[in-house]
Amino acid sequence: MQFSEQWLRSWVNPSIDSDALSYLLTMAGLEVEEAEAAAPAFTGVVVAEVKEVAKHENADRLRVTKVDAGTGELVQIVCGAPNVAVGLKVPCALPGAVLPGDFKIKPTKMRGVESGGMLCSGKELGVPDEVDGLLVLPVDAPVGQSIRDYLSLDDSLFTLKITPNRADSLSIKGIAREVAALTGAALSPVVIAPVAPVIDDKLAVAIDAPAACGRYVGRIIKNINAAAPTPDWMRRRLERSGLRSISAAVDITNYVLLELGQPMHAFDLAKLQGGITVRMAKPDEKLVCLNEKEVALAEDMLVIADDAKALAIGGIMGGLESSVTDATRDVFLESAFFAPDAIAGRARSLGFGSDSSYRFERGVDFALQHEAIERATQLLIDICGGEAGPVTETVGELPARGEVTVRTARVAKLLGVVLSAEQIADILTRLGLPHRATADGFAVSAPSFRFDIAIEEDLIEEIARVYGYDAIPSDTPRSGMRMLPLPEERRPREAPRHLLAGRDYQEVVTYAFVEEKWEADFAANSDPVRLINPIASQMSVMRSTLIGGLVDVLVGNLHRKQPRVRVFELARVFSKAGDGFDQPERIGGLAWGPRFAEQWGAKGERVDFYDVKADVEALLAPRVAEFRKVSHPALHPGRSAEVLVDGQVIGVIGELHPRWVQGYDLPSAPVLFELDFEAVLSAKLVKAQPVSKFQAVRRDLALVVDEAVSYGELLALLRAAAPAIVTDIGLFDVYRGKGVDEGKKSLAFRIQLQDAAKTLTDEEVEAAIAALLAAANAKGAVLRA
Amino acid sequence: MQNVDAIVESGLAALSGVTDLVELEQVKARYLGKSGELTELLKQLGKLPAEERKAAGATINVAKERFTDAHNARRDAINSAKLEAQLAAEALDVTLPGRGSLPSGLHPVTLTLERISELFRSMGFEVADGPEIETDFHNFQALNIPENHPARAMADTFYVEGGNLLRTHTSPIQVRYMLNNEPPIKIVAPGRVYRVDSDATHSPMFHQMEGLWVEEGVSFADLKAVITDWLRRFFERDDLQVRFRPSFFPFTEPSAEVDVLGERGWLEIGGCGMVHPNVLRNVNIDPEKYTGFAFGFGLDRFAMLRYGVNDLRLFFDNDLTFLKQFN
Repeated sequence: MQFSEQWLRSWVNPSIDSDALSYLLTMAGLEVEEAEAAAPAFTGVVVAEVKEVAKHENADRLRVTKVDAGTGELVQIVCGAPNVAVGLKVPCALPGAVLPGDFKIKPTKMRGVESGGMLCSGKELGVPDEVDGLLVLPVDAPVGQSIRDYLSLDDSLFTLKITPNRADSLSIKGIAREVAALTGAALSPVVIAPVAPVIDDKLAVAIDAPAACGRYVGRIIKNINAAAPTPDWMRRRLERSGLRSISAAVDITNYVLLELGQPMHAFDLAKLQGGITVRMAKPDEKLVCLNEKEVALAEDMLVIADDAKALAIGGIMGGLESSVTDATRDVFLESAFFAPDAIAGRARSLGFGSDSSYRFERGVDFALQHEAIERATQLLIDICGGEAGPVTETVGELPARGEVTVRTARVAKLLGVVLSAEQIADILTRLGLPHRATADGFAVSAPSFRFDIAIEEDLIEEIARVYGYDAIPSDTPRSGMRMLPLPEERRPREAPRHLLAGRDYQEVVTYAFVEEKWEADFAANSDPVRLINPIASQMSVMRSTLIGGLVDVLVGNLHRKQPRVRVFELARVFSKAGDGFDQPERIGGLAWGPRFAEQWGAKGERVDFYDVKADVEALLAPRVAEFRKVSHPALHPGRSAEVLVDGQVIGVIGELHPRWVQGYDLPSAPVLFELDFEAVLSAKLVKAQPVSKFQAVRRDLALVVDEAVSYGELLALLRAAAPAIVTDIGLFDVYRGKGVDEGKKSLAFRIQLQDAAKTLTDEEVEAAIAALLAAANAKGAVLRA
Repeated sequence: MQNVDAIVESGLAALSGVTDLVELEQVKARYLGKSGELTELLKQLGKLPAEERKAAGATINVAKERFTDAHNARRDAINSAKLEAQLAAEALDVTLPGRGSLPSGLHPVTLTLERISELFRSMGFEVADGPEIETDFHNFQALNIPENHPARAMADTFYVEGGNLLRTHTSPIQVRYMLNNEPPIKIVAPGRVYRVDSDATHSPMFHQMEGLWVEEGVSFADLKAVITDWLRRFFERDDLQVRFRPSFFPFTEPSAEVDVLGERGWLEIGGCGMVHPNVLRNVNIDPEKYTGFAFGFGLDRFAMLRYGVNDLRLFFDNDLTFLKQFN
């Protein structure tokens, strides 16, 4: 809500400056988002009347004027404004004046003619108007008066961010009430005297939706001059509140809305047929609103109707047809209370709201309607003339206001500071909350303007607010000291991230919603979790794999000419699971480009499957993973594997499928992995084993097998056949070429043997090696010659 | 015997020119070998008269000792020259860069998240987590956010098929945690959250961290203390000005916005408040017995403030040149 500080100060004027006032409001929960001067700083500008205008001898565009600036004699000023004319009242900067931008006015000569000042446009004073040329002032502007005083420019425009619970502060009256409560300054509200009816005309009002419309106050005013101009003071206050002046009648209803917080509406009486009915909209009912939009009314929308049709959407916007125009003679004024629940959400479903719906959906003072209609009547008669009829009132269901209790002890418990009963009572009094003392605190009746006081905590918040959040101590809390659990069979979440970063993977963060195509390409997922309202089509489904994001990061960084990309991400993935969703965390990585950053000591070999495999093994260590060939939509079928720990598949690793290397325009294939994060986190508590004191024996075993036989298969056979004394089997060479037949390969194993209780004999060692060899024979393995 | 001195002198002269260990041993043999010149002199001792023999023997032994000392000194000199030469030959350019890989690093939001988590852990807060596709109950209803609240609109919240939604804040984690744990409860809950919003200062996916402490006797004063302490530790400024001003959230009451005083005035950095009794009731905790506070803030914003990043979008662009700055 935006408003003029001067307007507020006409209601309550604490002896603090603008900054202090702004701070006070902010610290009381009415945040001042902006406090902007109504006009930039300038001095020495007064109201002047143009007395003479003559041509300038040396310049076609310039005129030589003589103006009365109240200095006792006429001042000659050369002026270039097209609209300068005799009789105009305009702002005049006299010598010594300083205009915005530190522009100093001195007597000067313009093209040879003396000029003793400057006539100003609105723009030059920082108060732009729509006129091209001088700022034209009303004819009654007093000559010689400071323009700052005349136009009330020493004002600030406050913009408050009012939280949804504080509907009571959406008016000058409400903010003034708050300032008075906070500062103790006296409140001097505008005096509103009832306007005595001079005619008998009235309109019958029926409320068919009593829960939605609690009160409907109406009044006919006849014979107004709707074309009368809005007075400057009102126009200025409206403008400084961010509202444009439209016409006197509309301006008056807006003015009352800003001043008192009561949304009002004026109908052109001549357009109405019969009486007024407040009812819910009928099926298929339509209305062209004041903003010239035709809307189909929903059945949960309240309408103000006459005997023939809907005239307005109750509490939201009037209809165009029945609105007041310059030709209007007679008006029907509406001042109503609509229940928040009957208004909330409707404006949003229409796609437009109004100052009125904004207030009604938060809660308008339901005791305010008479005061507002009297205020509007008086303003209308003052400005547009006319004769007022009697005020009519129709009542539906008004909000119930029970007592809310607050316990002194509870205040201390919740706030952590002890407030006496007297302090609490004082705060309640200042806030205008009627209360009575009870055995352990107070019973408070919420006034009609407060919609946020229903439970004890609501009152404690009010007490804290006025007491001051700043004043509540900030003591180091004392609580029972408890250590946090530190499970050793589960690694800290940070550990895998740090490990990958340590192995030269950069962490990235990519969006959880992706292109549907990625899901099809990288996960063969034709039924992804779809968003109903995606922000863009390329962010329309929830990902079930991190691969798309990683590939996208690669693509983006290749565009930026990165020579080497190694990235990882830890994030949730999403898929449907029965009625619900499966959304585990995964950790995935991608490596592309040279194994090492370009350097003198490395040859620039490209990263390959086995490099990344080592990273995955390191991530899972000390647990030893198994790798099994796999067919995965994203990965090269001959260069990919699923990763197993304890026989459970926990992820995949592999080169990107050549199809996607081409499809995503990559110069070569990256190697990717994606693992279930829970599985990565799990760890085993170490159980120490005794270390043998007897010498270990090493034997090497070079086995020649068909290419088709995998190392893993052979290793499994060897392990299965190994007697207990074989403590380790490791691969130390893979050889193809001279001495090994085409289509075969030689795998060289290092066999370590050791006994816990004695030194091994040659016979035992030979027997063990023979057993291994026999087992390997099952796969056609022979000892290399 | 007169020629002992001459022999020694010639031997010492022979040694002095030697630069090679083999040659050195040859010179040694020439004087001290089986038929070396000094050895020959010793052999001749027997032919001398007995009264001369002792003195002559002593003279020859002195000569032998001189020669041996000179030989050893020469050997040491040759060895040390050889070592010098080897060391010189083996010298590296130690200024060449090391071989292999350097570490990469974590995303700045993760760095921030880990730091804040650690600060709260040191105060006994556990780190909790929860799903990102959430139910209306956990994201809104349990948090006392009414049916017609603007946040529930499609304009703000991403919905998935079937009526569920992407969590709009990390608060549902506190709901889940409170449903499954008895007080005392002290948690922080970082995570990704989603809102229908995208411009220079908003990303449709961003990060929040939620904090919750529910225990008997927890008060607004405790809230102020914990938040102030944390902010001062996080920004490493003991004199950081922190203020709390009244605000409104459906799930806390009293509620506050937290501001810190920056170079350009007060900066809003998060919301907090005492957990609303309706929220406690919704998770079966007795609000008469237990009180608690909760707070929430944007991790991305904290990372921006901490590291001087001025455009949120940089965090989601994944430009390696940008990210590597944080390594």
